[in-house]
Amino acid sequence: MQKKVMLGNEAIARGAYEAGCIVAAAYPGTPSTEIMETIAAEYPDIKAQWSPNEKVALEVVAGASVAGARAMAAMKHVGLNVAADPLFTFSYTGVNGGFVIINADDPGAWSSQNEQDNRHYARAAKLPMIEPASPEEARIYTKLAFELSEQFDRPVIVRITTRIAHSQGIVSLEEPKKAELKPFMRNPQKYVMIPAHARPRHVFIEEQMLKLKEYSNTCELNTIEWNSRKRGIITNGVAYQYVKDVCPDASILKIGVAWPLPDAKIHEFCSNVEELYVVEELDPFIEDYVRGLGYKPVGKEIIPVCGELTPEIIDMAINKKKPKNEIPVYSGTIPGRPPALCKGCPHGFVFEVLKKLDVVVNGDIGCYTLAVLPPYSAMHTQGCMGASIGMHLGFEKARGDEMARNSVAVIGDSTFVHSGITPLIDLVYNKGTGTVIILDNRVTAMTGHQDHPATGRTLKGEETHELDLELLCKAVGVKRVRKIDPKNIEEFEKAVREEMEAKEPSVIISLRKCILTK
Amino acid sequence: MKNVIFAGVGGQGVILASKILMQVAMNAGYDVKESEVHGMAQRGGSVDCHVRFDKKVYSPLIEKGTADFVVALELLEAMRKLDYLSPQGMLIVNRLKVNPAPVEAGLAKYPEDIESWLCSNVPYCHVIDTTQALKEAGSSRALNIVMLGVLSNFLEFDQKAWEEAIKQSVKEKFIEMNIKAFNLGKNIPVE
Repeated sequence: MQKKVMLGNEAIARGAYEAGCIVAAAYPGTPSTEIMETIAAEYPDIKAQWSPNEKVALEVVAGASVAGARAMAAMKHVGLNVAADPLFTFSYTGVNGGFVIINADDPGAWSSQNEQDNRHYARAAKLPMIEPASPEEARIYTKLAFELSEQFDRPVIVRITTRIAHSQGIVSLEEPKKAELKPFMRNPQKYVMIPAHARPRHVFIEEQMLKLKEYSNTCELNTIEWNSRKRGIITNGVAYQYVKDVCPDASILKIGVAWPLPDAKIHEFCSNVEELYVVEELDPFIEDYVRGLGYKPVGKEIIPVCGELTPEIIDMAINKKKPKNEIPVYSGTIPGRPPALCKGCPHGFVFEVLKKLDVVVNGDIGCYTLAVLPPYSAMHTQGCMGASIGMHLGFEKARGDEMARNSVAVIGDSTFVHSGITPLIDLVYNKGTGTVIILDNRVTAMTGHQDHPATGRTLKGEETHELDLELLCKAVGVKRVRKIDPKNIEEFEKAVREEMEAKEPSVIISLRKCILTK
Repeated sequence: MKNVIFAGVGGQGVILASKILMQVAMNAGYDVKESEVHGMAQRGGSVDCHVRFDKKVYSPLIEKGTADFVVALELLEAMRKLDYLSPQGMLIVNRLKVNPAPVEAGLAKYPEDIESWLCSNVPYCHVIDTTQALKEAGSSRALNIVMLGVLSNFLEFDQKAWEEAIKQSVKEKFIEMNIKAFNLGKNIPVE
């Protein structure tokens, strides 16, 4: 069998290809971005696309599944928040063609605004979730997810974390299954969730989850590796690999089905070891469940909830290993190297002006969020994709008209298309008078230069309709829309002053290509 | 088990260097794993790659105190990774200072004594001057591969194996350039 070194995300793309996936959609987000990029680059037969946001991506994939295709959506953990609305109800409709959601959590918040643990979504939405522990498993589990989805009539979530997505390992390559459409039958009782249809579907879902529990108890994804019975460790995902390294003598229950968890295997394991540990990243998801079954494992009292795990954290927690300082400690100060805007970045000109004017800046998600740090220190709020504009209006509602004279919202072009349009409608509709600066660098920069609807190019590099942001802003009712190259710093400053002063909504499109664009 | 950390500044190409190392190890029949950093952290921040190879590898991350090699493309970045070195581990560090943003902004100082401190406190430390090699390579962007060439003197793989791995890891038009950079690095005298 042919083997190749692959990134976890590349292995997922490979798994989708081998499973005969026909449609795939995503919005870029670290650590999930390379999944869709790999599909577009390596497997041209799959109809892959960037959607404007994760909710739309999930809906496109749901449609493809109901229409009979194997289909896959990929997103980062916070992306699933955006897609949570369709997630919970497509759980009710179930699937026709295999329906797979790749969810990439980011313990350590390497490139994210939080460290949420999305295993809770599987439980809340009553969906099976499986969790690979290596790139090779990422390929195998992704493929399997399509099978399970069709077998149990459930969308299946494959959960990875940064250290699976962005770690490389040797992956075997198997022949792809032929991509075939299943017939589409009109079946409103299954696919139209009016209350009368939803109630019986809820009963059906509960039955399916019981069948999945049986699967979880018997499948190879949840495996007991018996070794010394003195110490037993229940673990999952990349933490399994750390445990194998630092506790080679322990017995291990490796959890590959994060939900539903395997009661029978947990009972078998827990009742046969002397000391019981649960080692998992982020929340005590498995640990709480194991406690619910009546056991008393050692878990979060020694394994941190916050941040990502590492081999040494586990080694110190379980083996009480003391860190040894072979090399003396440097007595001076080592300056940190936080990420920063590139030299010549167009956002830099904008924030130079905003810093000078000393205004309140409602910020958003993108490279430009780095303006919160020195040398600019010119961002004062930021939460999630698109929040800048709604928060900007909220500031005005709370503190009055004067607030709008002395503040702006800033949002990137891709982020604006993702989630900025509806709040801009709100700003106009509810008589706000604020100023929105769209930092239009013609690309989704932070995740590595992906296209979006306003670049006029698709994921596959095809030309398409280019969303006209100026026209769009005018269409929602903003009368004052200007387009300025921020490198003309004086003109830009003048525009910001004028638009803040104006007692009606305004949008400044700060137009200049990302310095890293080829 | 061989544990190698490449450390540098976003944009210096530590991911490509580790990719070639993985390829050469896999071609030699080893299991390999690696862990890298993408996204926001890459925007001029500190980046590292952990590469491990052996008959069987579990963790993609190296445990602190167990790295056989730390290959640092910049002096401050070497300082950040010292706790990964094993007692017999070797530090190979490029004599280069890249000012972090807080230093550029005048909010912090770049310590003057890093090189001398490393030489007197790290038991196996090689400070490498890549100036001439980079001049001959024709681009400072070849630094990652030049440093991989320096590292290759301490690993078991022969010239042919390295060239094969480079061919498998870079686009065709860059093969020749990368092999040249690799050889320039390999031939830098290491005392």
